[in-house]
Parts: sequence; structure tokens; C-alpha cells
Amino acid sequence: MTLDRKEVEEIALLARLHLEPAEIERMQSELAAILEHFGTLAAVNTADVAPMTHAVPLELRLRDDEPAPSLPQAEAVRGAPVTADGFFIVPAIIPETS
Amino acid sequence: MTVAETAQRIAAGEVTATAIVDGMLARIADVDRELGAYLAVDADGARAAAAAIDKRRAANERLPPLAGVPIALKDVLVTRGLATTAASKILDGWIPPYDATCVEKLRAAGAIVLGKVNCDEFAMGSSTENSAFKKTKNPWDHTRVPGGSSGGSSAAVAANLCSASLGTDTGGSIRQPAAFCGVVGLKPTYGRVSRWGVVAFASSLDQVGPLTRTVHDAALVLEAIAGFDPKDSTSLDAPVPKYTDALVGDVSGLRIGLPKEYFEGSIDDDVRAALQKTIDVLRDRGAQLVEITLPHTHLALAAYYIVAPAEASSNLARYDGIRYGNAVQAQDLLALYMKSRGAGFGPEVKRRIMLGTYALRSGYYDAYYKKAQQVRALIKRDFDEAFERVDAILTPTTPTTAFAFGAKSNPLDMYLADVFTLSCNLAGLPGISVPCALSPAKLPVGAQVLGKPLDEATVLRVAHVIESLVGIAQQ
Repeated sequence: MTLDRKEVEEIALLARLHLEPAEIERMQSELAAILEHFGTLAAVNTADVAPMTHAVPLELRLRDDEPAPSLPQAEAVRGAPVTADGFFIVPAIIPETS
Repeated sequence: MTVAETAQRIAAGEVTATAIVDGMLARIADVDRELGAYLAVDADGARAAAAAIDKRRAANERLPPLAGVPIALKDVLVTRGLATTAASKILDGWIPPYDATCVEKLRAAGAIVLGKVNCDEFAMGSSTENSAFKKTKNPWDHTRVPGGSSGGSSAAVAANLCSASLGTDTGGSIRQPAAFCGVVGLKPTYGRVSRWGVVAFASSLDQVGPLTRTVHDAALVLEAIAGFDPKDSTSLDAPVPKYTDALVGDVSGLRIGLPKEYFEGSIDDDVRAALQKTIDVLRDRGAQLVEITLPHTHLALAAYYIVAPAEASSNLARYDGIRYGNAVQAQDLLALYMKSRGAGFGPEVKRRIMLGTYALRSGYYDAYYKKAQQVRALIKRDFDEAFERVDAILTPTTPTTAFAFGAKSNPLDMYLADVFTLSCNLAGLPGISVPCALSPAKLPVGAQVLGKPLDEATVLRVAHVIESLVGIAQQ
């Protein structure tokens, strides 16, 4: 079993992941083999089973809504590839108009 | 020297922290070029921390419990001012602006951070071969893997390149490498140790824990790192017991379950023989060994490889080439995302992101993620029922001893290396791997002890007896 190429490309786009042609080809067979193994779950009757989202019972905790010290802006952006004046720089997302 | 001995001798003034740290740094310089456990050694930071401990000792200050103990950290734990890569090219060169809570707690307990150790990229793997940077060798046999994903942590402890290390365990990543390298590896109950500052892989499964040479050391380090942390919304607000008090050297009266599903499967003869010996020894020491059943065990692998990649695909969305980490610049935003991630992630990480995205995409959620979470509930229910009859559960940690580099080239074969450790994470239980024998080929075998939620004490108590009776000679 293999996934078709188009499906792998669609998933890669959803994952925002560029794949080289050789990687796509490898994913077609590798993902298919793993997905086939997942088939073992389909036969299990889970009609009355609530999905388990957490390993331990937890109540949603909220902190007090009070300001507290945080990372200074300069430190928060220090690890970014491109910054200017304490801001992250990204390619323009709105075309320039003249 | 163990953690306990090191701390004791420094506190007693028999040796200085500086001498301990210098000795360790010299040994790393001597041995690690060949072994490959460390990604970064913070010699200056470690020497400064040691000097500070020695100054406090000279001033007759009361020293904290781990004062002067040199520790290595898996490189998924963020460290202020010290590069943290998660063994990935996408984070190569990143200097975190803060310490993980477990690191902060270790420093507060007086421990000294020697450096960051290798692992599989983003903790995804079972051999440390998925590191983007280097191979780590098994100290017992350099042609074999140290296990993974915390392979640098286990190798560094086994080769005496630190007194103890921290690892993370999402599906066995502390226990499996501990078994392969003949050291003790403890995965605490989910929520016992804060995940704040742990590079996220699968948030509902990830847990930090110690790798050490003795069970007593594991108890000491757990005492230092466990506890409630308001910065982690899944942190458990429960008191931290003195775990060393549980090490009474006795298992009489304890009921220990042997899940038949684990022993029926494919297990190497050497591992099977070692476990049988462990069982006999525990019985001789007064434990009652009971066959139990965990009927959904055979579904754990499939459930895990849906849940973990699904959560990973979501968690790893943060590596976008904009806020931190490395980027490949492009004309438009989509291309920047795609190229940065395509260039930054290695093959296994890409595979899991793809699997997770497949499972979570619109229209597939019920068939995959929801189904896996339902099966996860069944696996948890198996354990709940078993723990009504027994105090702890004993299994092999792994079906085989350490395998050779390149032996598992097919992803599914590699996933099967964790077949005995995954259920523990799915159910959120504490689990330990303790060395129980050396195989005829002189490779360590690990026994796994699982316990009830928050019952690390019993897990440690049983492991302590296994270690003292059938433990392997320290290297």
C-alpha cells in the first residue's frame, strides 16, 4: 500500500513543511505502512468509552489576573532570525500599492 | 561516585566541589571525544558554580542536598545562557533566556550543570541516531546504540561523565536508554515534575526524570525536581515525600503483578532469563508474584503513534522561522515557513509531523485521534483494574538488549523497541528501569517496575531490592 503523491503533498502543505521529491516518495510508502498498523484500532469497540485527554484528573486552573514581571522585550526577540526595533521581521503579507 | 557519596563528601569537607567538577571535566575531555554523549560542556559555568559551593562550605553555611553534584541535562531542557538545540538544526545556536523549572530546582538544590547531552531530535527516537549533530555510543559496546531518546543522558551516567543526568520520557525515552546502558532511569507520574522549559514533544505524555547509577540516587534527584509549579497547568499539586525513606531494602508482603501480555510476546532469551531470575529473587524476599492481565496492551503501539505525533505536529508548529530558531529567508510568508521547516527538521521529525497532521486533519479526527484517545482510556482502565489487585507491576524494560547502529532502518521496527514502555506514558503512571543482569554478551538488561499514580515510593522500593540482589557490577 502507498499513499498517492498528491495526498502527501496536501498533508505537507497543511504542515507547512517543504519536502524534496525524494522525501515525498519515501513518505508515500513509510506513512502508508504506519497507517496500516493503525488499522488494528478500527476493530476495537469503543462505543461507550470517553476519550482520555489527560493521564491524571485535572481541573482547569486559572491564575489571578494580576500583572507580573515577564521577559523584557529585547530578550524575548533576541533568538529571532530577523528583528528591527524590538519587533520580528516577516515578509510583507499585503502587496504594496503605489 | 554516586550522587549521595559526592554530596556527603563535599558537605563533610573531604573533597571540594571544585575538585569534583575539575575531575569530571578532565574525564569528559578524555573520554567523550570517542563516546559522544555531550553536545555542549559548560566548563566555565560549572567551575563558577563549584567555587560558589566551596565558598559557602568554607563559610560554614548549611549546604543544600545536592551541593556540588555534577549533573548533565538532556538538550531538550532549556538553560539560561546555555545553548539548547533539542538535537535539531532548527534550534542550532539558540540561547534560551530562562531556565526550565527542573533546572532551576536542581540549581537551588546545589547541583552543578556540567553541560547538555545528546538525544534524538526533539526526543523522537529510540537510539539517539536521530540527533542532527552526532552519534552517541553505548559505553558497554561502542558498536551499539545507547538507546533513546535520552541516549546522551544514559551514556554519560554509565561512563561516569556526570553523577546523574536528567532525561525526558514520552514513550520510554528515559527507561529504554537506562536499560541499554545499565543505569537506573525513572519516569515519574505525569504531572509530578514540571514541564515548564521542557521543549515540548507530546504534551499529554512528556515527563522529566532522573538517570542515575543507583536507585537511591534516583530518589534523591526526584526529591529535588518534583513538586507543584504554577507555570505548568498540568503540574500536580501534591506534597513531595522523602523518597529515600521508601528504600527499606525489603519487599515482603508486596503484591507484584506480572502482566502475561508482556511475557507472551517476542522477548530475547537473555532478557527472559534475566527477568525470571529477578522474579525468583523477589519471591525469595517475600513478595507475592501474581499473574495479571492487561488485555489492551497490543493496542498501545498504534494508540501511541497516533497521539504522540498528533500532539507533536501541533507543538512543533512553533518553529516557524520567525520568532526563534533558524530560518531560510523567502519572498513570501508561506515559503518562509515551508523552507525553514523543510531545512531545519530531520527525517524522523518530518515523518511524525506528517503522521500527526494526517491524523488531525479535518474529517479524520474521529477515526484516528479520538479513537486513539478512547483506546488510551481502555489501557488506563486495564491498569486501574490491575492495581486493585497488586501494588506494583514487573516487566522487562525492552524486548532486547542494546542493538547495533543502523539495525533498525525501518521506522516501525524502531517503534517496536518501545513496546513495553509506551503504556506507562499513555496511562500517566510512574515507571522505573533498573539493571537486573548482564547478558552473556556482557550487555545490561533492565527490569521495569510500574506503580500507581504518585506512588513513586513503591516503584523505588521494589527497584532498590532488585538492584541490591541482582544488580550488575558498576562499570
